[in-house]
Amino acid sequence: MSEIPRLRVEPGKVVLSGAWTLAEMLPMLSFLQAELTNQSHHIRHWDLSAVTRLDSAAAVLLWRTWGGQWPASLDVDEVHRPVLVRVAELPREMPEQALPRVHLPEFIGVLLFKALANVRGMVALFGQLLLDCAYLFRHPKDVPWREFTSNVYKAGALALPVTALVGFLIGVTISYLSALQLKSFGADLFIVNILGISIIRELGPVLVAVLVAGRSGSAMTAQIGVMRVTEEIDALSTMGISRSIRVVLPKVFGLTVAMPLLVLWTSAVALFGGMLAALMQLDLSLIYFLENLPRAVPVANLFIGLGKGLVFGFVTAVVACHFGLHVKPNTESLSANTTSAVVTAITSVILVDAIFAIFTRQIGVPQL
Amino acid sequence: MSQPPVIELSGVTASFRGQMVHRDLALRVEEGQIVGLLGGSGSGKTTLLREILGLLRPDAGVVRLFGVDLNDPDVVLQRDVRRRLGMLFQHGALFSALSVFDNIAFPLRELRCLDEDWIRRLVHLKLAMVGLEEAHGKQMPAELSGGMVKRVALARALALEPELLLLDEPTAGLDPDRSQNFVELVGNLQRELGLTVVMVTHDLNTLAGLATHVAVLADQQIVAFGTRAEIMTVDHPFVTGFFGADRRKLL
Repeated sequence: MSEIPRLRVEPGKVVLSGAWTLAEMLPMLSFLQAELTNQSHHIRHWDLSAVTRLDSAAAVLLWRTWGGQWPASLDVDEVHRPVLVRVAELPREMPEQALPRVHLPEFIGVLLFKALANVRGMVALFGQLLLDCAYLFRHPKDVPWREFTSNVYKAGALALPVTALVGFLIGVTISYLSALQLKSFGADLFIVNILGISIIRELGPVLVAVLVAGRSGSAMTAQIGVMRVTEEIDALSTMGISRSIRVVLPKVFGLTVAMPLLVLWTSAVALFGGMLAALMQLDLSLIYFLENLPRAVPVANLFIGLGKGLVFGFVTAVVACHFGLHVKPNTESLSANTTSAVVTAITSVILVDAIFAIFTRQIGVPQL
Repeated sequence: MSQPPVIELSGVTASFRGQMVHRDLALRVEEGQIVGLLGGSGSGKTTLLREILGLLRPDAGVVRLFGVDLNDPDVVLQRDVRRRLGMLFQHGALFSALSVFDNIAFPLRELRCLDEDWIRRLVHLKLAMVGLEEAHGKQMPAELSGGMVKRVALARALALEPELLLLDEPTAGLDPDRSQNFVELVGNLQRELGLTVVMVTHDLNTLAGLATHVAVLADQQIVAFGTRAEIMTVDHPFVTGFFGADRRKLL
């Protein structure tokens, strides 16, 4: 084929022929480059009239070998001259694209301002929710029941299997490890206290919150974010439908309602797992375990657990919706905001859990 | 040695959820032709483009680009074929995480053969070609207007100096002045590089200014293919309906 780019040196001039295009040059790019540079040093006469095709990549290559100026004499087809002219018109020096420099104080400051802006955004969202509630109280017809129930189903009912599995395995693990220790003290019966308090009061709610933040929180952020990218949120507003009532409110209240139920379910399954492990490890009968559970664990613990579930669900949903509403219309922002939503939700849940621990330290602790 | 046709489809059949989109469709585009693909809404024009790109595998039939079957299992061969074509998507399909400059530089960097200075010059060249300035290179796709997105997308499609350019509604959303510039731009490129162009368009001005050939897609097949003058004489309900009183404009 005569299509491949060729370079021939005739006395006093360099003759190029064939197709000088990027695709054709690629296989022998380094060879061509070396050859061109070699010739350009002592020959100033170039004959390009036999070139069948000349694209801008080749034109740039030639222009660079000529050292950024026209050669002493040049024969080129009129069709191809404009390509070279366009390259010649480019500025001689191409400015480097400046990389942004990162200074540590600036970096920390930006992070701090971002965090403050997020807190402010979440407070504003909370206020908006309160206003919406007041509005819905006066206009009960506008309550978005369908969206609300759909969210309870998606965040609650569909999460039952995974929370059960994780709860069961955690219950077995804690029971098994505690049994090993208790056996050496001969305090086998305290397994009921350990499992009951830790699971009902602490582990159940936190475990569910972490799972739900990863499962439903990320889904909420992504959904609202994509709705923003595709301008669906704007379409809602133009129809006179409040985005906070139709999109945010059902998600927040859906999760707030679903979470305590999930906590109850997960704690029950985890206790069941713990009971099974205690039966195997310590020969503690299920009947004994169930009979002693109310005595070892005051019922206040159950209410603390459920209350935590309620608050955790609310916090997770508000955080997720806040980050979803602040997605900018590009893929990078979507992924960054989804990550932030999950991380922030889990962190806030742990923070709220610590606050709970401090304020409920007098309540529900069994007296021995 | 005779060149194989740039695009060759034969016996292509495709269906979506039981609904036939293409039935035994055949199309042959030779080097240097500018083909305008016409068809009513939902007649499968974009589907046809996606089949040519290899994004969509037809249920039956063969798609050949530059004589290479798109079902060929050779990965390197497939990659090399893809590098010989450029596609302008209807909505641009710019990488939203990259700046305009990086969007255009991306396919060039992927070659891993060109140095940075070369890439920078090429990107500036492409930007100038589509009528954008250097300052636009720093912007992100989200900051651009619809027409600008289209031009950046064209610059990216042209980055690898393709031999085959596929355009999906290239002038939709551009003002008449810009779309005239666009027509001239593609026309010039075609003359300089011997490009082959396939475009889906509804704009008669674009068609009249650019297309050498017209393919009409209707009834799940290419019902007519030929030069503009030939198409005018075709007596098909879609053709007569589409051009209507504007028949003369195309000539």
